[in-house]
Amino acid sequence: MASHKQKNVLPGFNLSLGYTLLYLSLIVLIPLAAAFIKTTEFTLAEFWHVVTTPRVIASYKLTFGAAFLAAVINAFFGLLTAWVLTRYTFPGKKLVDALVDLPFALPTAVAGIALTAVYSANGWLGSILEPNGIKVAFTPLGVVVALTFIGLPFVVRTVQPVLEDLEAETEEAAASLGANRWQTFRRVILPALWPALLTGFALAFARAIGEYGSVIFIAGNMPMVSEITPLIIITKLEQYDYTGATAVAVVMLVISFLLLLSINGLQWWSSRRNSVSR
Amino acid sequence: MSIAIRNIKKEFGSFTALNNVSLDVPSGELVALLGPSGCGKTTLLRIIAGLESPDNGSIHFHGQEATERDVRERQVGFVFQHYALFRHMTVFENVAFGLRVRPKKTRPTEAEIHRRVHQLLELVQLDWLADRYPPQLSGGQRQRIALARALAVEPKVLLLDEPFGALDAKVRKDLRRWLRRLHDELHITSVFVTHDQEEALEVADRIVVMNQGRIEQIGSPQEVYDNPASPFVYKFLGNVNQFHSRVNEGQAHIGDLAFSLNDHHSVQNSDALAYVRPHDIDVFTQQNGQATLHAVVSYIHAAGPLVRLELQPVNESDVIEAEITRERFRELELSQGSHVYLKPRTVQVFLNSKAS
Repeated sequence: MASHKQKNVLPGFNLSLGYTLLYLSLIVLIPLAAAFIKTTEFTLAEFWHVVTTPRVIASYKLTFGAAFLAAVINAFFGLLTAWVLTRYTFPGKKLVDALVDLPFALPTAVAGIALTAVYSANGWLGSILEPNGIKVAFTPLGVVVALTFIGLPFVVRTVQPVLEDLEAETEEAAASLGANRWQTFRRVILPALWPALLTGFALAFARAIGEYGSVIFIAGNMPMVSEITPLIIITKLEQYDYTGATAVAVVMLVISFLLLLSINGLQWWSSRRNSVSR
Repeated sequence: MSIAIRNIKKEFGSFTALNNVSLDVPSGELVALLGPSGCGKTTLLRIIAGLESPDNGSIHFHGQEATERDVRERQVGFVFQHYALFRHMTVFENVAFGLRVRPKKTRPTEAEIHRRVHQLLELVQLDWLADRYPPQLSGGQRQRIALARALAVEPKVLLLDEPFGALDAKVRKDLRRWLRRLHDELHITSVFVTHDQEEALEVADRIVVMNQGRIEQIGSPQEVYDNPASPFVYKFLGNVNQFHSRVNEGQAHIGDLAFSLNDHHSVQNSDALAYVRPHDIDVFTQQNGQATLHAVVSYIHAAGPLVRLELQPVNESDVIEAEITRERFRELELSQGSHVYLKPRTVQVFLNSKAS
């Protein structure tokens, strides 16, 4: 048997893989498996009934829809922010750079309360927006705003280092070949940023799906309209409906996992040809 | 298309990269900008390309002022030291890039693009790599693709920034000969930057030697090599021995040795520096009654086409380097510690500026 063993230059493969699996099991897999086991207290019909009631379905749509929208907005404006922070120098740049991380550090409840105060009918922005027919607080739009807020740093922080590492020469080469700025951005810069942008998008999306604290303040939590799935889970828990709560949680888990897996797949596909070893 | 550069000045902060540089590149010539790093050669090339703008002075293409013209409209092909290929595009798409980004009116048809790209890939002899991605190519192949990409837009001027700088010695040699042949075929006005004097001497029609933001000398490879205009050029173009000497009425004296010079006939007893190339020194084991320099062999490098000797003069401290053929080396039966007598065949004399 020993003769079949493949030689590897890097030592400790078995040890480090074993550790990784053990660690992931303890921290991620076992708690998640517990959720699945808990749901087995239901029969399949009961499970299906709980996770497909119209109120729960509406909450899925809101949670995943708003998270997706927020992640798209973040991908766009996060890229812009990262661009400005890497390409230009201006007074107070360091301060702006630090501000980007604030949504990471702020307790989400604080963010929720602050956003609600600003966007409610008598808040700074709300008092301007509402007379014009744009209601933010206590609507699905408010959910998107809160999720955008907490997701911003993910895109900026993943795109920024890649943008900093881009060779200025390739852009100069594009210009000398007659490409204008937009063509250079579209054909030269964006393809290089694409994997990082996708990672940032996936992180912001994942974070937004699981977000609870900042959303419940600004959402208003009206059933069928602005109630997110995590809130439904909490509500069920408060009513001692543990099995019902885990059933909904399991559905969320599976959907999230499938979405993240497909984003990973997309990323693998797009970075495959770029990552051929130099 | 000819290039005229007039009084170009460029400063980066307190560093003067180019100080009043003027240069003419005639149409169809292959010109080398040669100098040590930091001499301003790359900056000059980037100013010609329009990637950098000068603080002062002007650039003319074919007699027309082009100083303010954008890099996109200059119709220059630029080849970068580190290739700057688009990593996410195939070789084909890299070369096609310049054609695809043209405005709709002037953009060739897909079939025409296809034809032109394959023609260029054949020109650089890499047609078989059309579907590969740049990271899958070797350095030499990448640089040829970069050249094909630059040529795709039919530039009036080709600018190359240390095009072979990142390649290993063998590939470098092959590629520069290939570039020379390519230039003879296309006759496109070309300027290339290098710090490698051998490369410049071998490839260029004309060499522009630069130092500290100034042009030291312009001339054909032979002119520059045989008649360097300054000690700097002389030292930069190859190994050299430096001697203190006195010049008097057209004669240079180094110790007991005397050389008659082509000029300096009216100079009276002036201090000067004399330069001798290592291969211009004859080595003898006997004095034979001539005036010679007496030295001791301190080191022998016998690997290579010529044998290099490090010689310690008996009366002086500076080591002298000499190169002799292998036959001569065997004839002389030299070893470390042998006493030898040296006689330079030719010397190049530069009067000390303070003495002249």
